[in-house]
Amino acid sequence: MSDLLAARAQMAMSLAFHIIFASIGIAMPLLMVIAEGLWLKTKDETYLTLAKRWSKGTAIMFAVGAVSGTVLSFELGLLWPTFMAYAGPIIGMPFSLEGLAFFIEAIFLGIYLYGWNRVPKTVHWLAGVMVLLGGMMSGIFVVTANAWMNTPTGFTIEDGKAVNIDPIAAMLNPSSFSQALHMTIAAFLAVGFAVAGIHAYFLRRDPQNEFHRKAFAIALCVGGIFALLQPISGDISAKRLAKHQPIKLAAMEAQWETERGAPLRIGGIPDEEAEVTRYAIEIPKALSFLVHFDLNAEIKGLKDFPPENRPPVAIVHYAFQIMVGCGIVMIIAGILGGWLAWRHKGLPIKSWYLRFVTICTPLGFIAIEAGWTVTEVGRQPWVIYNIMRTADAVTPMPHLIVPFIGFTVLYIFLSIIVVILLRRQIFIYD
Amino acid sequence: MIQLEIYIAGVMLVSLIIYMLTGGADFGGGVWDLFATGERAKDQRELITHALAPIWEANHVWLIVIVVLLFVAFPVAFASIGTALHIPLTLMLIGIVLRGTAFVFRTYDDQSETTHLRWSRLFAIASIITPIMLGVTLGAVASGTIHVDVETGIVETDFISSWFALFPFAIGVFTLTLCALLAAVYLTLETDNSELQEDFRIRALVAAVSVGVMAGISFLLSAEGAPTIRKGLGNSVWSVPFHLLTGAVAIWAIWAIWKRHYSLARVLAPIQVTLIIFGWGLAQYPHIVSPNLTFSNTAASKSVLQPVLIIVVIGAVIVIPAFWYLYTVFKGRDDQTGSLIEQDKTNN
Repeated sequence: MSDLLAARAQMAMSLAFHIIFASIGIAMPLLMVIAEGLWLKTKDETYLTLAKRWSKGTAIMFAVGAVSGTVLSFELGLLWPTFMAYAGPIIGMPFSLEGLAFFIEAIFLGIYLYGWNRVPKTVHWLAGVMVLLGGMMSGIFVVTANAWMNTPTGFTIEDGKAVNIDPIAAMLNPSSFSQALHMTIAAFLAVGFAVAGIHAYFLRRDPQNEFHRKAFAIALCVGGIFALLQPISGDISAKRLAKHQPIKLAAMEAQWETERGAPLRIGGIPDEEAEVTRYAIEIPKALSFLVHFDLNAEIKGLKDFPPENRPPVAIVHYAFQIMVGCGIVMIIAGILGGWLAWRHKGLPIKSWYLRFVTICTPLGFIAIEAGWTVTEVGRQPWVIYNIMRTADAVTPMPHLIVPFIGFTVLYIFLSIIVVILLRRQIFIYD
Repeated sequence: MIQLEIYIAGVMLVSLIIYMLTGGADFGGGVWDLFATGERAKDQRELITHALAPIWEANHVWLIVIVVLLFVAFPVAFASIGTALHIPLTLMLIGIVLRGTAFVFRTYDDQSETTHLRWSRLFAIASIITPIMLGVTLGAVASGTIHVDVETGIVETDFISSWFALFPFAIGVFTLTLCALLAAVYLTLETDNSELQEDFRIRALVAAVSVGVMAGISFLLSAEGAPTIRKGLGNSVWSVPFHLLTGAVAIWAIWAIWKRHYSLARVLAPIQVTLIIFGWGLAQYPHIVSPNLTFSNTAASKSVLQPVLIIVVIGAVIVIPAFWYLYTVFKGRDDQTGSLIEQDKTNN
């Protein structure tokens, strides 16, 4: 394994690990705040028990998220010093704001988790709201910095150096809005369905359990609503890509030729040697229509770009298909849930539906991982799109395979423990 | 007119001081977890857990603030430190990860004696490795052995020699003793049980003496190991009064612990640590990574620094009251003495 590959693998693994815990840290506070708010409103103790039990699981996840996030902020310098020397000041604005948001999140989380008997009830609930806002803002700012790597703005280049830096323009780069929106919704969507799935599992065994009914109702509402919102943000993202990163869109769709009336491909195996995509189900003109609302609009193909500037097409294409596939299943689950609730004027707890939602438990997280694969691998071979190649950004440090293996072993160990502890948290009471 | 980057450097130094006074003490808690002895070993551990649980994550954010300010305002310095000190920083990160996770896992794993002790050991060992590696990093930065071409930003030093030396490790152990001192002093005020107080009084005294010894060793080693700093510490106009002040506070703190004036000690020990870090900061100036990199030759442009400073000011207005509130909720003297974790368990 070359040092470059080891560095990329370590970064990818660190991100893939962190994003799970970060998403939970963003979205769980919403569920807890809803449950606690309902308790304050209805005085029904079940909601209080629910908020407390959710907060225990969140405490574990948040700690792992905080430390793995710290690892990432250091890894930027440990693995990509050249990139950071160049980009650090330009993307400093979102990172500084992220620090502030993280502060708010961590301070109020302490109050939320340990202050049940120490602060007034409404203050406690407000602390939960602050955790939610801090977590959301923190995520949005970090994604904004990543968006800049896709569509770098806010500076000019003189003699290979970035000058005339405008940090606000850099922060408000063309990808910021669409990426931040897509990721924030994804976090709520994934966590909503994961939690709903767990409680659906228990409801199938004990459909009248008040605790699980309330938990399932809240989580499914959150998951379902965000599932319906996600296609809109996906559409915004695709249009942004067509305009600013057409090569990434081409890789996602495995579109080799530049053509008018491009089809939407479902499945298919891209052959990067022969520059064709085989065995895909093609829906004629659908891609052109989705991106431009015009059946005959032109979509740029990969062949328009020199091979050395193309990302690995197959990985990006497969990852994109996985993300969309998971998303569609969850949208169906959301719509079905709403329809069943409307028809039966109550909680949708038909056995087959509960089974369906249980299957959805991991889908949101699989979609998040696949989506980040699309974003990150789809930007290759660049670390800063069209400006700096990943290969030029890596540290001169040799033997990078050692820290890669070290962190991999560490994170596998932590994952196993987290699964064991969560199982204990979930099953201990039943 | 003071340059903008000096304000940022000042904010970084203050953040480092707060990180040591808060997060550093959390690591010190891990030290005393490892050395929990006698019939009250379990009570000692429990006290440490209660003291840390609600605040350690917020305390940890100060480190993130330092890192972010470093790469935003002094990008070449960040890149150089990340390159030359890759190994100690990686070890520090592993320590940070294991400390935090072992701490929460211990609370949420099954409460059998063996499991609990296993997580305690991991928590304690990680709490010791992390501040040592932080100290090694700072020691290496101060040592003047990381050579960087200012024009290209290329690090000309290898990946080992700048930190794998006596002076950085002396600073590492010095940092650890400071953490241990702060923790022991704070813990005397976390309990009403006089026997536990006495346990931590003894520990605070041991730590205070160790701090003195390590300060002496570090100073002696600096002649060889960090000549530029030594010059700053030894020859400047301010240096003699500054050393006298620091020494006086240190002795006063030991006296306060000895006499069981714990509230006074809780004021003096942080002042002592503040003076030590501040003195290092002054001696280091104007270098951010000596000998080649200074604050001014690595600073980002004004258009970058100005908004960062504005965010720092806004951040301070928001974070300081919030932080203060967190501490009043959990560290007030009039708190309900029942332990947090006990409450937590009954909540189940």
